[in-house]
Amino acid sequence: MNKNIRWKVITIVAVLVIFAGVGVYPILASMYHWPMPGWLQQKQLKLGLDLKGGVHLVLRVQRDDAIRLETETEAERLRDTLRTRNIPFTSINSPSISQIRVEGIPPAQDAAFRDASVDLATNFDRSPGTNGSYTFNMKPNVQNTLRTEAVTQALQTIERRVNELGVAEPQIAEQGADGDEILVQLPGVTDVQHAKEIIRSTGLLELKIVEGGPASTKEELGQNGVPPEGMEVIPGSADTTGGGTVYYMVRRAAAVSGRDITNARPSVDQNNLPAVSFTLSSEGARKFGTVTETNIGRRLAIILDGRVMSAPTIQSRITDNGQITGVSRDEVSDLSLILKSGALPVNLSYLEERTIGPSLGADSIRSGIEASVVGLLLIIMFMLIYYRLSGVNAIIALIFNLIILLGLMAYIGAVMTLPGIAGFVLTMGIGVDSNVLIFERIKEELEAQHGVRASINAGFSRVFLTLLDTHISALIAALFLIQFGTGPIRGFAYTLIIGLASNLFTSTFVSKTLFELELSRHSQRQQAATLSI
Amino acid sequence: MHIFTNPNYNFLRWRWHAVVLSWVLIIAGLVTIYTKGMAKGIEFAGGTTVIMQFDTTPSVEAVRDALNKNYPGGGQDAIVQSYGDPSLRQVMVRVPQVGAEQGASLSASAQNVEDALRKANLGNFKVVGTEIVGPSVGEELTQKGIWAFVLSLIGILGYIAFRYEFSFAVGAVVATLHDVLVTFAFLAFFRYDLTLNVIAALLTVTGYSTNDTIVIFDRVRENMRKMRRESLSEIINIAINQTLGRTVITAGTALLSAIALFLFGGEVLHGFAFTMIVGIITGTYSSVFVAAAIVTFWRRTKPSKLSTATTAPVAAPAAASSRKSKSQRKARAS
Repeated sequence: MNKNIRWKVITIVAVLVIFAGVGVYPILASMYHWPMPGWLQQKQLKLGLDLKGGVHLVLRVQRDDAIRLETETEAERLRDTLRTRNIPFTSINSPSISQIRVEGIPPAQDAAFRDASVDLATNFDRSPGTNGSYTFNMKPNVQNTLRTEAVTQALQTIERRVNELGVAEPQIAEQGADGDEILVQLPGVTDVQHAKEIIRSTGLLELKIVEGGPASTKEELGQNGVPPEGMEVIPGSADTTGGGTVYYMVRRAAAVSGRDITNARPSVDQNNLPAVSFTLSSEGARKFGTVTETNIGRRLAIILDGRVMSAPTIQSRITDNGQITGVSRDEVSDLSLILKSGALPVNLSYLEERTIGPSLGADSIRSGIEASVVGLLLIIMFMLIYYRLSGVNAIIALIFNLIILLGLMAYIGAVMTLPGIAGFVLTMGIGVDSNVLIFERIKEELEAQHGVRASINAGFSRVFLTLLDTHISALIAALFLIQFGTGPIRGFAYTLIIGLASNLFTSTFVSKTLFELELSRHSQRQQAATLSI
Repeated sequence: MHIFTNPNYNFLRWRWHAVVLSWVLIIAGLVTIYTKGMAKGIEFAGGTTVIMQFDTTPSVEAVRDALNKNYPGGGQDAIVQSYGDPSLRQVMVRVPQVGAEQGASLSASAQNVEDALRKANLGNFKVVGTEIVGPSVGEELTQKGIWAFVLSLIGILGYIAFRYEFSFAVGAVVATLHDVLVTFAFLAFFRYDLTLNVIAALLTVTGYSTNDTIVIFDRVRENMRKMRRESLSEIINIAINQTLGRTVITAGTALLSAIALFLFGGEVLHGFAFTMIVGIITGTYSSVFVAAAIVTFWRRTKPSKLSTATTAPVAAPAAASSRKSKSQRKARAS
C-alpha cells in the first residue's frame, strides 16, 4: 500500500467513524439502551410528526385586531384628555378599525383641541372636516408595524404557553406568504382539544372599577340601556352567582391589565375554594396602589376575556397582589399558566389541524423502513450479480453514503419526515446511478484495450464532470424548493441537498480509493485479468 | 456482464412516433382532468379526515349508512375507505369542507363524524388520527408549489444553457415538463389523490429525469468534440446507444426501490410510490425520445456550437421554434 492510498483510506475511515458516531450510533443506542452522552442525545435524528405522532396546528393571527385595539385605546385616551382639559365635544367614535372620528368641537376651542391631540397625531394623520369634526387615520407604516408586532407577540406568547405545557421539542414558527400564520407542532401530544384551548385563549385580564350593578339585565344600567361615555357593561360569570347572568357597569379604562402581571399560581380563597393568585410588576403595583387607595369601599371587577369573574369590594390599598376567585378546580392550573404567559394581543383562528396517533406514525415508519430495506437489498443483489466484485465496491460506497447522510442530518438537526424518506430514496438512486455511470465507462475503456489502471482513471475522471453537472442541476432545483416550498417539501429538499453532497464524495473519492486499494494489491501484469466488473 | 453488446438502435427514427404517443397521453390526461377533475388530497382541497381503529372492522357500507343517518347534512359527499393493512382494522372517513369553517368550529366536523359512528353502534373504536385543513390553505400551497417548480425549471434551464448550449437546456426542460404532465395524466387515470407526498414524488421524478437527460447530453457533447463528420442526429443516436446500458440499469434499480415502496410502503406511501413508478418510466423515455429529439428539432439546420465553436445558436428555425413554444404554452396552460 503506498502512502497516497494510506492517507485516503485514513480520511475515509475518519469521516465514516465521525458520521456513524453522530448519525447511526444514537439510533442503535436508543434501540438497545446503550450508554450515550447527553450532547449526543441532543443531536439525535428527530422524527417528524407524521412518523412520531403528535399535533400539528396552523393558526392565523387576526392582525387587524391589533389595529382595532390601538385605535380604541387612542380614542379612549383622547376622550380622557379632552375631559381633563374641559374641551367640549359631541362624540368620539371609530368608523373603521384604523379611524377615529371626533365631532362637535366648538370653533373657539379649535386651537385647544389641536393642542390636545398632538400626541394622537404622531401615529395618526389628522384631517379637519365640517362643523368642528376631525378624522384621524392611522398612518400606514404604523399599521404595518402593529401587524408585524401582533404576529411576533402572538408567537412569543404561544411559545411561552407551550413551554409551560411541558411538551418536548415543540416547533413554533411563523409561516405563510403573508407572514400571518403560525405553525405549532407538538410531538407526542394527543389531547388536541386541551392544547388548542390553551394556545388560543386570549387570557386578557383586566381590573376595572365598578360604577354600577350588579344588575340582572343590561337595560337597568346606564340610561335606557346605553352606558354613559367612558363606561361599558360587562356580563359576569353565570356560574359564580348560581342564577342567571348578571351585568356590571365598569369604567372603560382598565386600572391594571394582564400586561402588568409577573406571576400567577393556583391557590385557594378564604373559603378554601380554588383561586388563582397573581403578582403585579412594580409599575403595575404602583398604578394598582393609586387606584385602590382612591376607591376604597367601591367594588373592583376582575375581568377575564370580557367576563367579570368576581367583583370584590376594595377594603384597603392593594399594591402587588391579587386573587381571581370563582374559578373551577379544573381551570385553575390552565388559567394560571395562561396568565403567566401573558395575554394574546389578538385573536387567532385555526386553519389546519392534524393529529397523528402514535400508532399511525409507527405504522408509517415501520412500512417506510421495511420498503426501503427491501429496495436496498434488491439493488445490492442486482449490483453483485451484474458487477460482481466491483459491485461490492458500489455497495460499500452506497452504505457510506447513507451513513454520512444520517450523520449530517442528525448534526444539523434536520427532522425526518415521509417526504424526507423520499429524499433518501432519491439519494440512493442517484448514488447507484453515479456508480453505474462510472462502471459502464470503465467497461467501455477496458473494451477499447486501455489497460486496467488507465481505464479506471479515465472512467472516474471523465464521469466526474457528468456527475458534477447532474448534481449541480439537482442542487439548483432543491435550493428553489427550500426558498418557496412549504414544510414537508422543504424537508425533502434538505435531505436531497445533503444527499447530493455526500454522494459526490462517496461515488468519486471513496469508490475510487477502493479501486486503487484493490489495484495496489496486484502487480501490473495480473491486473487486466483480476478486475471484476 | 452486459445488457447490450454494442447496441446500435436508431432511436431518433422513432421520434415522431414518440411525439404522437406523448401528446396522446398528455391530451388524454388533460381531458380526464378536465371532465372528471383531479382528485385532490385534503391538503389541497380542504376538509376533514378521521382515521379510526375498530375492535372489529365494520363494512364500508355500514360506515356510510351511519354517516347518512347521523352526520349533519348526510354522508353522500363523504369518502369511506379501509385504511392501511387489514389487520390494523382501520377505517378512514373524509368529509369535505362545509362553508367557511373558522376558529374553534374547525374541528366540529371531525367530532360530528365520530359522533355519527358512535351513534350507529358499529362497535368500539378509537380515533387514531385526524386531519383538518381549512379552505384557504390549499390555494396558497398550490400557488407556492407552482412557483417553486417553475423557478427551479428556469434555474436548471439557465445552468444547462451555461454548461452546454441553449437547445440542450430547452430539451431538458421540455422533457421535465413532459414527465410532469404524463405523470399527472396517470394520476388522473388511476384516480390517485394529489397530496403533498405525491408532489414530493413528482419532484423526485423530475430530479431523475433531469439527471438522465444530462447524462445523455454529456455524452453528446463529448462525441461532438470527437466526431467531426457525423450529423447531429447521428451523434445523438450514438450517444444514446453508448449510455443505453447505464440508462436501463439506473432506471431498473430505481424502479426496484419504487416497486418495493409500492408493495411494502404502507398506505401513506402508496400514491408516492405509484407516482415514482410512472415517473421513472416516463423520465427514462423522455430523456431519450423527448430531450434528445427536441435538440434535433430545435437546431435541424444550425451547425453545432460545440463542434464548430464559432456560431452560437441564436435563432432557431422558425418551424421548430413555433412548435416548441406551442408545446410550452400547452404545458403551462395545464
